[in-house]
Amino acid sequence: MRVAFQISWKSIQVRFGRAMITAAGTCLGIAFLVTVWTSIAIQNGLETEPDEAVVMRQSWLIIMSLLVSAVGISNSMFMAVTERYKEIGTMKCLGAVDRFVVELFLIESGMLGGVGAAAGGVAGFLIVVLVSIARRQWSAVAGMDWAYMGSHFVLAVLIGIAISVAAALLPAVRAAKLPPAAALRSDI
Amino acid sequence: MAAPQESKFEDYVVRTRKLTKIYTMGGQALRALDDVDLDIKRGEYISIMGPSGSGKSTLFNMVGGLDKPSDGTVFINETDMAQLDAAELAWIRCRTVGYIFQTFNLIPVMTALENITLPMVFAGLSTDEQLQRGRALLERVGLGDRLHHRPSELSGGQQQRVAIARALANDPDIILADEPTANLDLRTGKEIIELLREMNRERGVTIISATHDLHMIDISDRVVWVRDGRIEKIEERAEVDVKLGHVDWEEQ
Repeated sequence: MRVAFQISWKSIQVRFGRAMITAAGTCLGIAFLVTVWTSIAIQNGLETEPDEAVVMRQSWLIIMSLLVSAVGISNSMFMAVTERYKEIGTMKCLGAVDRFVVELFLIESGMLGGVGAAAGGVAGFLIVVLVSIARRQWSAVAGMDWAYMGSHFVLAVLIGIAISVAAALLPAVRAAKLPPAAALRSDI
Repeated sequence: MAAPQESKFEDYVVRTRKLTKIYTMGGQALRALDDVDLDIKRGEYISIMGPSGSGKSTLFNMVGGLDKPSDGTVFINETDMAQLDAAELAWIRCRTVGYIFQTFNLIPVMTALENITLPMVFAGLSTDEQLQRGRALLERVGLGDRLHHRPSELSGGQQQRVAIARALANDPDIILADEPTANLDLRTGKEIIELLREMNRERGVTIISATHDLHMIDISDRVVWVRDGRIEKIEERAEVDVKLGHVDWEEQ
């Protein structure tokens, strides 16, 4: 487990550019989600009761942004694993058990997901806040529902990590279960 | 090192019986290996020769436990590979067999030393032991000054030397080399072949090399000729030497 962690960490450092592109997928999805939640937090701070149509529209936005995150993250994670089949085959030749290979990718995707989601969360939050300030709604920003904002920010990061790990799980398990000969053959 | 002691006294390190592998491609069955019986003695240096698509890589994969045969059996140290589960196969790949590939297959994000210690990590060696043995192996293959270089900072020949050191990491009984010189120039290829031969003499490790590099014949104890998934003939060193004059060296 410790070794898997070290290898994952090194792999991210060395392939920094590639890792950032993968993380960017997570970042975008989570940024979208957090912008929606930030506007809700601001609205909650206003005394006015939002009408039913607005609540409906917001629920739709949340569902949409979750879908966008899931698709974007899955796609980049899937690519990140499949382009390394040969490496997986080699590791298995050297005596890696299937579990080790799966662990390696789950740790890596979890770390990338965490970084990407946190960055996306901050970006999404700042965008909405800055836009509101530009519209001179300073008091609305200051009076936002901070408890709602805080808990949903954490939730968004957790969702980002969860989707990243889940998206890496399928290709990682498939790769680990392949006979090494098949993994070594595949050139992508 | 970790291999069962009693197996050291067996005569044959690898035996295959009626080994068959069938690939299905576009609904057609292709017999990549057809009823192959092959016995390899401990400490031998064997070359498996044959044109591309003759089944030599398939044979290599079967013997190394990298793929499952469709029929027949492979015994390594009298252990029937077909009876092993995934974890036991990993154990064998880790400790009993070392692999060398045509494309070197070093882990790109790791240094030379880390590549060599990786199989030792899987074998559960202590960090001190890993570093000590890793250093010694790299020095033995002539890369004592390249410990912390990444594969991308090494030449092809140097990468293959790291791969040889990595294959020896857990003191295996067998080294399987799949066309180890195919991506190297003539001179570097010869150096690699000579290094393999030295390791074979020094450590008594059995070397099985799939190749179509004719230089390999020169130093092999036996040459197994494979064609259309069958063993065409097996030649002892002495017989090969006589015929060497007829071999067209420039063909490679």
